[in-house]
Amino acid sequence: MTAHVYVTLKRTVLDAQGQTVQSALRGLGHASIADVRQGKFFEIQMNGVSREQAQTEIDLVAREVLSNPVIEDYRVLILE
Amino acid sequence: MTITPELLATHKLNAAEYEKIVSLLGREPSITELGIFSVMWSEHCSYKSSRVHLKKLPTKSKYVLLGPGENAGIIDIGGGYGVAFKIESHNHPSFIEPFQGAATGVGGILRDIFTMGARPIAVMDAIRFGPLDDPDYGKRNQRILEGVVSGIAHYGNCFGVPTVGGECTFHPSYNGNPLVNVFALGVIKADEVFLGRAEGVGNPVIYVGAKTGKDGIHGATMASDEFTEESKQHRPNVQMGDPFMEKLLLEACLEAMKTGAIEGIQDMGAAGLTCSTCEMGSRAGTGMEVDLMHVPQRETGMSAYEIMLSESQERMLLVARKGREQEVFDVFKKWGLDAAIIGTVTADGILRVRHHGVLVAEIPNRALADEAPIYTRSFTKPARNVPMEGPEFKSLDLGADLKALLGSADLCSKHWIWEQYDFMVRTNTIAGPGYDAAIVRVKETGSSVAVSLDGNGRYCYLSPREGAKLMVAEACRNVSTVGALPLAATNNLNFGNPEKPEIMAQLVEAIEGMSEACVFFETPITGGNVSLYNETLGEGILPTPVIGIVGLMKTEAPVKNVFPKAGLDVLLIGSMGDCDLTHFGGTQYANTILKTLWGMPPKLDMAEEKKVQAAIRKLVGDGLVESSHDVGEGGLAVALAECSFGGVGCQVALQSKLRPEFTLFHEGPSRILVSTSQVEKVVALGKELNVEVVRLGSTIVDRFVVDGLLDLPLGELRSTWETALETKLHA
Amino acid sequence: MKFGVVVFPGSNCDHDALWAVSQNLGAEAEFIWHDSRKLPAVDAVILPGGFSYGDYLRCGAIAKFSPVMTAVKKFAADGGLVAGICNGFQILTEAGMLPGALIRNKGQKFVCRPVELEIATTNSPFTNAGHKGDHVTFPVAHGEGCYIADEQTLNQLEAEDRVLFRYIDNPNGSMRNIAGICNAGRNVLGMMPHPERVTEPLMGSSEGLVVFRSMISAFATK
Repeated sequence: MTAHVYVTLKRTVLDAQGQTVQSALRGLGHASIADVRQGKFFEIQMNGVSREQAQTEIDLVAREVLSNPVIEDYRVLILE
Repeated sequence: MTITPELLATHKLNAAEYEKIVSLLGREPSITELGIFSVMWSEHCSYKSSRVHLKKLPTKSKYVLLGPGENAGIIDIGGGYGVAFKIESHNHPSFIEPFQGAATGVGGILRDIFTMGARPIAVMDAIRFGPLDDPDYGKRNQRILEGVVSGIAHYGNCFGVPTVGGECTFHPSYNGNPLVNVFALGVIKADEVFLGRAEGVGNPVIYVGAKTGKDGIHGATMASDEFTEESKQHRPNVQMGDPFMEKLLLEACLEAMKTGAIEGIQDMGAAGLTCSTCEMGSRAGTGMEVDLMHVPQRETGMSAYEIMLSESQERMLLVARKGREQEVFDVFKKWGLDAAIIGTVTADGILRVRHHGVLVAEIPNRALADEAPIYTRSFTKPARNVPMEGPEFKSLDLGADLKALLGSADLCSKHWIWEQYDFMVRTNTIAGPGYDAAIVRVKETGSSVAVSLDGNGRYCYLSPREGAKLMVAEACRNVSTVGALPLAATNNLNFGNPEKPEIMAQLVEAIEGMSEACVFFETPITGGNVSLYNETLGEGILPTPVIGIVGLMKTEAPVKNVFPKAGLDVLLIGSMGDCDLTHFGGTQYANTILKTLWGMPPKLDMAEEKKVQAAIRKLVGDGLVESSHDVGEGGLAVALAECSFGGVGCQVALQSKLRPEFTLFHEGPSRILVSTSQVEKVVALGKELNVEVVRLGSTIVDRFVVDGLLDLPLGELRSTWETALETKLHA
Repeated sequence: MKFGVVVFPGSNCDHDALWAVSQNLGAEAEFIWHDSRKLPAVDAVILPGGFSYGDYLRCGAIAKFSPVMTAVKKFAADGGLVAGICNGFQILTEAGMLPGALIRNKGQKFVCRPVELEIATTNSPFTNAGHKGDHVTFPVAHGEGCYIADEQTLNQLEAEDRVLFRYIDNPNGSMRNIAGICNAGRNVLGMMPHPERVTEPLMGSSEGLVVFRSMISAFATK
């Protein structure tokens, strides 16, 4: 089983890197780009767990380790 | 497998070299063997074009504990300690991927230092780029500069070594070929030096550090090749650096060395496992037998060729004492690092490589290391395409000229760069970036080392010989200006394609000039690096040798490099100097204001230079001066302005027979600006040492005045100087 | 009084902190390896600067799981003095021992330079030897030192007099110019600037000693 975890800064927190990328892209002429958020992506392989177990475990890992809840949000996607 | 001309070409081996390989082996090489020969015989590893000339350099003195040939040179600093230091280039990788190229450059030179058993305490960088406002390449040059600086910062900061200084200059010849030369220095106990030698037949060969991946395969041959459009496809070759891994490797290696179980050790740099296995064997006159299946690997199914040629970073090869392997393993385990026995030291002088038991290479070490081709390449007159005589010119506004110089990319403040470097970590940085020379305390001894890196491509283009001498003089002067005695040197020779006789001539003359100066100033070369083929699409760089001078001094508070307060006398140690139109052609004034280059570099009188340096060391050592700063590029006016940027200006009168542009901006060497409250003592010491001391004026508040020539508010000058680089980067 | 300086893999100001308190202040000090489950007999713990675990994932995020951190938490809960400097501050916020978080500098770049700070309160074991309102200059050297927290937390920190140092010249965009804070129990300090780097004239100043002297006097009067 494969899990994908996306971690990004909360909307309320200044994402300086994302903003820099955005302004660089606009500077290159990509005028339609309105917003860029930069974050982290984790691809996690798991063995011998059910979909529900995977969801619970990855959720825990994402909350307690992969993200810092003070500043970051996360999203978990369980794939087959 | 047949060896085709195409295959040889991709390995950068010519037909004659191939024939030599066949005759050395007595048979056709395997593909793995061909790969091994190609990296060991590359320019980067074998110095085949430069070796005959490098022999002209002085390498010995009573301070030199270890000269060229090992991973780094070592000099004695007393108290049972030495310092190991070296400079190395990472030019080509930094062009292809500036961040990782520069980062792994720092990583490589740090490993060279700690592989000897020395703890790195300082890093410096000499970096050169195309102009930031170049009409065609400006944006790219900006990106390369930002990438290189953040790469250096990333690696050095995370590793925990201070980046204490360096230089950064610009010229269009570096548009397609930036130069990234990294210097590192470490402290070592003089009787606990580790060498890259595979001593002791039967001893286990242990691989430690990061796993081997497909990084940088053929980086060493890439570094010996000109850039073409195709090089862009070399991108996957670029190695990734992991400074955290390197930090662990440092601590683990130093700790493992303390166990007494290590016989020899060498880092895996360019040419990775190939270089380390054959060099360790050849230095000790032994052989080595390894099986690559024991090498920790990051990817599955790597071939012997790939494993032998991988340039994955943060790896070391060591030879342990038989029976004491476990002590080594315990240390590496503590630091969470891989360590694996991959083979043993043998008596027969042969490098024997197996992969899962199958023999894939069997080469006498001697063939790889000592039988490498040596070329006595033909050389003519150094390439030079500028006139000897300069143009008629007259300054319209000397104040505007000074401002333009202070705001030029070469002369402006580089704080935007060095504030990204942690220049204080380890709390030894007595004088950091911005000083003529960096001063780093050696906690173990009560002494400090002073280091200056210097190079000047324009001077060396006008005359490689005179340029190289001036560069050595300047770096020694910088070290003396802070009060230290220059002891030894390391050099980085950055040149174009040596197969062109006029480029080879630049290299030869620069080496000879450097040699003459290093003999005269008693600063033998203890090691260094040669980087050739710095050309893009046939366009060579300016000949750019870079020298790093290491000096020694008592640990004490540093003399300031700016005027500390108003009411002091401003003196010039040396003289007003001499200049004519011909010798003005290499100055920053010619470069920045007149935007041209001609003539010859400034005239150097080495005997005079030596006297001036001795005088300033005495003045600083005896505490007779309140500030000390060398007159370098931009001349006296720029040096006076730089001394004023601490917030205290000056009013001076310049008595000179020269025209004002020359008086203010000529770059005649052997001159140092000081401020003092003990003017009579300084003058007396000058008399005693037979060095001219010129009274220029005094320090004042808020203004910058050269009687009859310049009268400027200090704040404006300073802000031009301080903000110029950032302005250019964000233009 | 004895200081313990924790060494994580990747710590690189550990020697500086030890040198500052032992050589420059004359206190006893020893290193504590990160996988120690128990602290040696020390009276205060310093979490030094550096790049623990390469600062991979997030600064301080992996270090908080080190065995030693369980012991440090207990030590702090029992009232022991804990000072986290730079990476140490990041670890303390990650571990939940101090509120808020440290994110990438507003200017995006690593910044190393001396910065002027105000001692915002002397009501702490880390600043009691100073004077409220005094300006001191400590170096900063970090890429992720921008202190952020929600409004409520910031208000609470101020209401409870828990902001110990403020930037005069804010180098990283920290909210309300916060350079250093303490916990509600006032025995855990986190600060981004490096007092240990300015504890001897040779390094330009000894102003940083105020932090360690305060700790010694707090310990003596405990």
